[in-house]
Amino acid sequence: MTADRATGAKPVNFDYSDDQKFLKSEARKFLDARATAKVNRAVLDDPAKSYDPELWKAVAEMGWLGAAIPEAFGGLGLGHIDLCAIAEELGRVVAPIPFASTVYFFAEAVLLAGTEAQKADLLPKVASGELIGCFATSEGPGAATAASLSTTVLDGAINGVKIPVTDGDIAHKAIVLASEGGKPGLFIVDLATAGKETLKTLDPSRSAAKLTFAAQPAERLGGVGEGIALMEAIFDRAAVLIAFEQVGGADKCLEMAKEYALGRYAFGRTIAGYQAIKHKLADIYVKNELARSNAYYGAWALNTSAPELPIAASAARIAGCEAFWFAAKENVQTHGGMGFTWAVDAHLYYRRAKQLGLVAGAARSWKERLVSQLERRNAA
Amino acid sequence: MDFNDTAEEAAFRSEARAWLQANAPKVNLAGLPEKEVLKHAKAWQAKKAEARYACITWPEKLGGRGGTPIQQVIFGQEEAKVGAPRGFFDIGLGMCIPTVMAFANDETKARFVGPAVRGDEIWCQLFSEPSAGSDVAGLRTKAVRDGDDWVINGQKVWTSGAHYCDFGIVLVRTDPDVPKHKGLTMFWIDMKDPGVTVKPIHQMSGGSNFNEVYFENVRVKDSQRLGAVGDGWKVALVTLMNERLAVGGATGPNYPELLSLARSTPSGDSSALEDKAFREKLADWYVQAEGLKLTRFRSITALSRGQTPGPEASIGKIVSANQLQAMSSEAMEVLDQYGIISDPELAPLEAGFQQSVMWAAGLRIAGGTDEILKNIIAERVLGLPGDVRVDKDVAFKDMPTGL
Repeated sequence: MTADRATGAKPVNFDYSDDQKFLKSEARKFLDARATAKVNRAVLDDPAKSYDPELWKAVAEMGWLGAAIPEAFGGLGLGHIDLCAIAEELGRVVAPIPFASTVYFFAEAVLLAGTEAQKADLLPKVASGELIGCFATSEGPGAATAASLSTTVLDGAINGVKIPVTDGDIAHKAIVLASEGGKPGLFIVDLATAGKETLKTLDPSRSAAKLTFAAQPAERLGGVGEGIALMEAIFDRAAVLIAFEQVGGADKCLEMAKEYALGRYAFGRTIAGYQAIKHKLADIYVKNELARSNAYYGAWALNTSAPELPIAASAARIAGCEAFWFAAKENVQTHGGMGFTWAVDAHLYYRRAKQLGLVAGAARSWKERLVSQLERRNAA
Repeated sequence: MDFNDTAEEAAFRSEARAWLQANAPKVNLAGLPEKEVLKHAKAWQAKKAEARYACITWPEKLGGRGGTPIQQVIFGQEEAKVGAPRGFFDIGLGMCIPTVMAFANDETKARFVGPAVRGDEIWCQLFSEPSAGSDVAGLRTKAVRDGDDWVINGQKVWTSGAHYCDFGIVLVRTDPDVPKHKGLTMFWIDMKDPGVTVKPIHQMSGGSNFNEVYFENVRVKDSQRLGAVGDGWKVALVTLMNERLAVGGATGPNYPELLSLARSTPSGDSSALEDKAFREKLADWYVQAEGLKLTRFRSITALSRGQTPGPEASIGKIVSANQLQAMSSEAMEVLDQYGIISDPELAPLEAGFQQSVMWAAGLRIAGGTDEILKNIIAERVLGLPGDVRVDKDVAFKDMPTGL
């Protein structure tokens, strides 16, 4: 395996398989019926609601929560590309469920770093939908680093504050980045007795919380001092999966903008015929395709545990963030004044673009990470 | 999802690779004058034709192999690795000869297809004119009927390879009294005709890769007509349908060269590579360049599965040309005052970025401007309406020309 294997000459199977395409189209049918904008808005508009439990249950019954979890641990054992196909469809409908926190972060972390006992304990509960998980790293403005950590673990008990934690208010368990004897580590913490305060955020259809720990039991996930490296590896995996949600959301924005422009008449004709609009939508299309291609490469790297994963995930993340944000904001713009109303769905995507764009770390950090990796590869 | 050939593809690849190893010319073409390179290119083309690798997807009776598009892609990938001369025959075999095959009589086809496949004769495409670029149907070179002949007068421009081509297909106006698309007719012509004059264009980049072609009373037989009189636009669309296959993306320095340049360029106490703003841009370009490469893989995957590649292929040139221009400009910024030096003896990478910053400006225009390509994506991919055409029902001779 070499770093530029994919630059070689054999790129002839670089798409979903027929089975995966079937899974994807079934997922679309299901979500078009069950995860309408109305379902998102029911959560968005009601401060007391953090997610849609009905949809969560239905998604669990479809087996999607365990798509990439091995059968031995109660999953379907389909693999990560199938999970990517599902993610793309969830992104299209801005689903108001803790799927990313539970599957892309929590389950991936356990799959990556868990002991057999931890996997046997936690993964079947994720697959069945009974366990909502979350990933708690941030403690304030700026990305968490080993030096900035103030959450600590001593003698198996955790103390400190994490903010914001997506789905922290509804999760049963969290994987928390904390310092143990001055060394960063990851810890599994049951949230039954933790302090939980739902935060006011930009995308209330995906809730977030401030979690306060006061001597709750904390069980280490992975080795002592491996916290930062593990966090980065988990971010890599989540970034690829989130990139598919971003691609799905960005494609949906393009469809919305196109449909609206075709039906909107100004100066005596449809605005979709004006080059200012046509070129804007062409620009969205170009970014979406670049994001899709980078996401596919990330999917391949994730599915095969390739050594290229950090680079592939960075590229997928950067392209995904760029495409979804651009499509979401230009979709609002194409809708004109209507786009700025609460009634039109454009803002659901605008909100989600920002939420997904930050939940696995901002693109600017990923750009730095990518260039560092390239420097290393270039020097090798 | 993986990067593996199917069994048949792997077999074809190793067969092609073995043949290339045994037969590819072992000459260093760098620095040779074009005439010399052309000689090698013709010899190589003949060798490929003999082994049925020249036009892999064409039927055997036309000198092809009766192969699949994915075999063509695989052979192209392997051929690129051996450094064989290429580029001279792409327009002829990719655009002109398919047009001849679609519209010429059997006698003409029998006369031209073989020599073109073998590289004995090279073809060019004569569509663009000084006043007909993006709006090529607005062209003015005219052909007037004279007995069994037609007489052509006018000027074409941006003709690649006209100076070494033997034949060309030329789109001309045969009826100025009808709207522009309806008065066009296509002919094949002999570029060695005494009424044909080829003049190189001096580009802003300094070089001359294209030509102006003047027609002065060039007499062609009616039997040289391709398609019906007045059907030239329909014929041209067949030619242009194949253009995507013949026109490539940007070539030039890319992000690895830019990364090395930044690393070796001092900035303050460290190197330009330590500059945060520069690193962000570098990351963006990497993601774009990878995205394009991987998008090509998706098209190739469609071919491998026996499907037609999707519209994603249409983003290639628009992204690569703009990226080349932005990256070249940034490379010069990295060098600070030294960046203006374009002497290959002095500038890094033998002034590769200084050359590409000039070349990229043309690349954003050639083979469809950024603006036309965006229209094409909007109309053909997204299904948005075409522009309002104020000249649709106006006789060509009554159209405003700005002159």
